[in-house]
Amino acid sequence: MAISLGFHIIYSCIGMVMPFFMAVSHFKWIKTGEPVYKNITQAWSKGVAIFFATGAVSGTILSFELGLLWPKFMEHAGPIFGMPFSLEGVAFFIEAIALGFFLYGWNKFNKWFHWFTGLIVGVSGIISGILVVSANSWMNNPSGFNYLNGQYSNIDPIKAMFNGSWFSEALHMTIAAFAATGFAVAGIHALMIARRKNVVFHTKAFKIAIIFGAVAAILQPFSGDISAKNVYKTQPAKLGAMEAYYHTQAYSPLVIGGIPDTAAKKVNYGIEIPGLLSFLVHDNFKEQVNGLDKIPVNDQPNVTVTHLAFELMIAIGSAMMLLGVIYFVAIWKKKSWLLRNWFLKLFIIATPLGFIAVEAGWTVTEVGRQPWIIQGIMRTSQAVTPMPGIHYSFYLFTAVYFVLSIAVIFLLSRQIKMVPELYDR
Amino acid sequence: MLYVVISFLFLAIVLYFLLGGADFGAGIIELFTSEKNKSNTRKTMYQAIGPIWEANHMWLVIAVVIMFVGFPVIYSDMCTYLHIPLLIMLMGITARGTAFAFRSYDAIKGEKTQNLYNHVFVYSSFITPLFLGIIAGSAISRQIDLHPASFAAGYIFSWLNYFSVAVGLFTVALSGYLAAIYLIGEAEDDRDAKRFIKKARLMNIMALLFGGLVFIAAELENIRLAHWIFGNPVSLVAVIAATISLVMLWVLIGRGKKKIIRVFAGFQVTMILLAVGYMHFPYFIMIKGGHNLNLMQLHANAKTIDDLGWALFIGSFLILPSLYYLYYSFQTSPNHD
Repeated sequence: MAISLGFHIIYSCIGMVMPFFMAVSHFKWIKTGEPVYKNITQAWSKGVAIFFATGAVSGTILSFELGLLWPKFMEHAGPIFGMPFSLEGVAFFIEAIALGFFLYGWNKFNKWFHWFTGLIVGVSGIISGILVVSANSWMNNPSGFNYLNGQYSNIDPIKAMFNGSWFSEALHMTIAAFAATGFAVAGIHALMIARRKNVVFHTKAFKIAIIFGAVAAILQPFSGDISAKNVYKTQPAKLGAMEAYYHTQAYSPLVIGGIPDTAAKKVNYGIEIPGLLSFLVHDNFKEQVNGLDKIPVNDQPNVTVTHLAFELMIAIGSAMMLLGVIYFVAIWKKKSWLLRNWFLKLFIIATPLGFIAVEAGWTVTEVGRQPWIIQGIMRTSQAVTPMPGIHYSFYLFTAVYFVLSIAVIFLLSRQIKMVPELYDR
Repeated sequence: MLYVVISFLFLAIVLYFLLGGADFGAGIIELFTSEKNKSNTRKTMYQAIGPIWEANHMWLVIAVVIMFVGFPVIYSDMCTYLHIPLLIMLMGITARGTAFAFRSYDAIKGEKTQNLYNHVFVYSSFITPLFLGIIAGSAISRQIDLHPASFAAGYIFSWLNYFSVAVGLFTVALSGYLAAIYLIGEAEDDRDAKRFIKKARLMNIMALLFGGLVFIAAELENIRLAHWIFGNPVSLVAVIAATISLVMLWVLIGRGKKKIIRVFAGFQVTMILLAVGYMHFPYFIMIKGGHNLNLMQLHANAKTIDDLGWALFIGSFLILPSLYYLYYSFQTSPNHD
């Protein structure tokens, strides 16, 4: 399941963000009439079609997988946190309809109607994404029901959907999707510019993608701060594991890097900055932050994995923010940088970074919640299917996603290879 | 509100059988098309189902969502005891959808890769409705055992029995039949239209044969199918209506009535589903020993059902008009891009 979601998260990020890139270049084409923008739109739309088809089937798999792997979890949780899924079904449906119009509607409809259908693909994609993340946030911050002696009562699915964590998680994920997709797309175009292939085409495409990516990367730390404060309030064990913060103290230090040693309850090779964790959580340097020592050991997640994933996410996020700043410096002050090889190389290297950060962040939120599948209510071990041999299904799902990903990469590389033939007229 | 939610559930299932079925059927038609006509069939199909196939499959997602939000216990049991056929169906859906998208969006149209996509597409188009039918058959076959004595009894023979497999084959034939009827109206020229008419007739005969097989298999498995269907007036009327529309269809199919035959074909399949659905209602899944899963009892709490009903209401106001416009827009004139 985790692996399926890990793949799905990439498909869906690209599927929900790319339509906005397309909408921008489509808009420019309608406004300026420059054919290069039409070519970019069409080239991207083929990428979106590939990702949407894959994302749609992988979404269908997931909706079943919830039941196939976690029937006991769904039996109890379905009615409570299912509301965002049913609305997501609607949004997804609209996205599929709009995509049909958009992909097959060239020269068929009024051009603004056609443009609008493309925009709807993106908007309903974002809405779908937010709804699904809201379902996930409920697992982190369950609300909308009473729980007594193993019984769920007083269920209110709307309250569950708007639980205390939905906003911070949805904001963080949406911005992450823009940053990761923006950098990934820009990186591929940067590679083509560096190879001096169809430079006009790729430069314009690069610009649209990187502006989205850079703005998102610069905004992301603020949403990260909102998220971290919320995590501390609702899941102190997760925050403790993220920061590998074992011992409760005033002037709580922030540990940067380092490898946690769970047995000795300390972090080796890390850099400690006293007071900074207090500041991040409480907005002052003194107030004590509760650490892992306040949490029973068998309710703690794996600190090493959570901490390292968290550090990786932060490191990449900072690098991307820096690249975003470099890009804006380049367009405002140093236009000559834009075609320099070192400049392009930076962005080429950054191609996969955003998605690595997304996966790391996903690891933080999921591993950081363990041993719970519903924080404080149901343990993951209680949720799994009673059917024997379930690990074979698990291997099968993993294999399917693996094959799909290879196929998608293969097809995209062929799309990119064909850019000169298809669009260089 | 519970009735609203149940209606939507059945609506989504019927629409998935009709639209998704026709969609799978297109692949089945391709499978049974001679080599020399294949490229023509593919071209017609690409134009006919390209813009709409993804929307067609959303009905399955809607049905699943209604199941797990509104009827979590039934969903959970279904996922546990029909795990294997569901898994195979999912693999089929995945292989099919991606192969269809990949074959049109692979920028380099190499012979080898196209061949691979084609093969994956046609075989998964066959396997998916087969297992969809097997699952539907298993739901009413009384072979699901909530206290299985062995792995095989619980997770294999729950769906691997004559009856379920016969329903699976019947579903395949119906899908091919729906697709052929649909494609008649999308054919580029008369020659193609004639080919699809021939296919439609063939698939129809197949469906009748497999339909007969379903009744025989039911007898073998001690399922009193005939008794259920002919024993209640609604199912009986539905079956008679399906038969009448079948006769009408055979009369009209040769006369070039492209649109009206779609209505008849769709009506016919809907009636079959209605007959089966009604005779079991409110039971959704029949269980060995009789503790059938009842939609009227095993539903979620009232507040959830209310909210779900509203969500579906609002959703259908957004979805149905735009879906209609999508079909309408891509129906008659092929896209000349």
